[in-house]
Amino acid sequence: MIVVVDYKAGNLKSVETAMQYLGADFTITDRPEEVVKADKLIVPGVGEARAAMENLKSRGLDSALEDFFDSGKFLLGICIGIQLFFERSEERDTECLGFLKGKVVRFPEMEGLKVPHMGWNQVEIVRDTHLTRGIESGSSFYFVHSYYPLPEDEKYIIGETDYGIRFTSAVQWENLFAVQFHPEKSGRSGLKLLSNFVSM
Amino acid sequence: MLEKRVIVCLDVRDGRTTKGIRFKDNIDVGDPVEMARFYYEEGADELVFYDITASAEKRKIMIDVVRKVAEVIFIPFSVGGGIGSVSDMRNVLLAGAEKVSVNSQAVRNPEIIEEGASLFGSQCIVLGLDAAYDETMPSGYRVYIDGGRTPTELDALEWSKRAESLGAGEIVLNSIDADGTKNGYELNLTRLISTSVHIPVVASGGAGKPEHLYEVFTEGRADAALIASMVHFNMYSISEIKDFLNKRGIHVRMNG
Repeated sequence: MIVVVDYKAGNLKSVETAMQYLGADFTITDRPEEVVKADKLIVPGVGEARAAMENLKSRGLDSALEDFFDSGKFLLGICIGIQLFFERSEERDTECLGFLKGKVVRFPEMEGLKVPHMGWNQVEIVRDTHLTRGIESGSSFYFVHSYYPLPEDEKYIIGETDYGIRFTSAVQWENLFAVQFHPEKSGRSGLKLLSNFVSM
Repeated sequence: MLEKRVIVCLDVRDGRTTKGIRFKDNIDVGDPVEMARFYYEEGADELVFYDITASAEKRKIMIDVVRKVAEVIFIPFSVGGGIGSVSDMRNVLLAGAEKVSVNSQAVRNPEIIEEGASLFGSQCIVLGLDAAYDETMPSGYRVYIDGGRTPTELDALEWSKRAESLGAGEIVLNSIDADGTKNGYELNLTRLISTSVHIPVVASGGAGKPEHLYEVFTEGRADAALIASMVHFNMYSISEIKDFLNKRGIHVRMNG
């Protein structure tokens, strides 16, 4: 059973409908004991890092996520999910889960560059993993965010995107996968990515 | 590099789409869910639904439409028309829409933008703005409400900036002068607003052929372009439009 973690950080409807469409065996929960028992975990979410961390902590989900990560079972972070996996976010200077070394920073102010980065942008696949199997490098995905991950170690990076600067848009480390974009809103390429995760 | 978005607009009344003829492949033309699926599969980057239902009672039908659309398309879509409160916003978002758009109600009660943005995030809140040329206004454009029927005292540029500061995440800018002409978008108006705010501007009104999208992305500096009749009446397919743009050097999503 795949568990989608509901920690009240935004609307899970689109993740839910995408999983239904893929015919995945999944459930949505905010209970730590169900998170720990999951075969696979999806950590979705939109919104703001500090509120997201506070919501996780208030439900005891932070340590459940840690236990799950340590178990070696596959987990996928989406949008704010990828950001929470790093050590810190500049967004209201928030301490995050720290599964990956590095921090989350805001897009610099640049002429003609609108923040949030919102819309379709290309992901260049810099390292092949099961997650991006069958997806062409340079395929477009849907993004909505103002902050992006800055990994301390390049070994994590599996996808990069250009928005004034080149930033990390997908990572993998051991059993952890995470993407800054929204695969559930990214058409066929996004569904392919989700189905790759479901079939791992 | 961020791609220019091609957005298809569907008008819905009492749960049925009001435009569209001669669809291939046995599409039920009046069914918004079928039409949404069709444009999604054709490669539209986003969809916009405007509920033009007259009676408040029948508006509940729209929520059902939104829920069904969300089950078949996996791209963002927004819903506007008749959104008068944060509770209306919540219903639409929980049914699966990515964004809600407010127009006349935001003019009457600007706080709805602020409340919506703080509850759901700016990325969810779209300002729909209908403007027409008026040389007596500071920017040269006046804001209209009630589907373009009622003039307001608001200047289009001032209102755009105000909406941005209240927390709107995007502006769908419709030119009343260009709307329905099929002679192209209002490039001056689009460029004026798009270069003055820091949120994306979606150009609307006047699209008749792919060149018009090219113009509004270059001269008009738009982030996205809304199209309706040019695809509803089968004059062009989404892929024809995107091929045209791509060949002329506009970055658009080509891999559907």
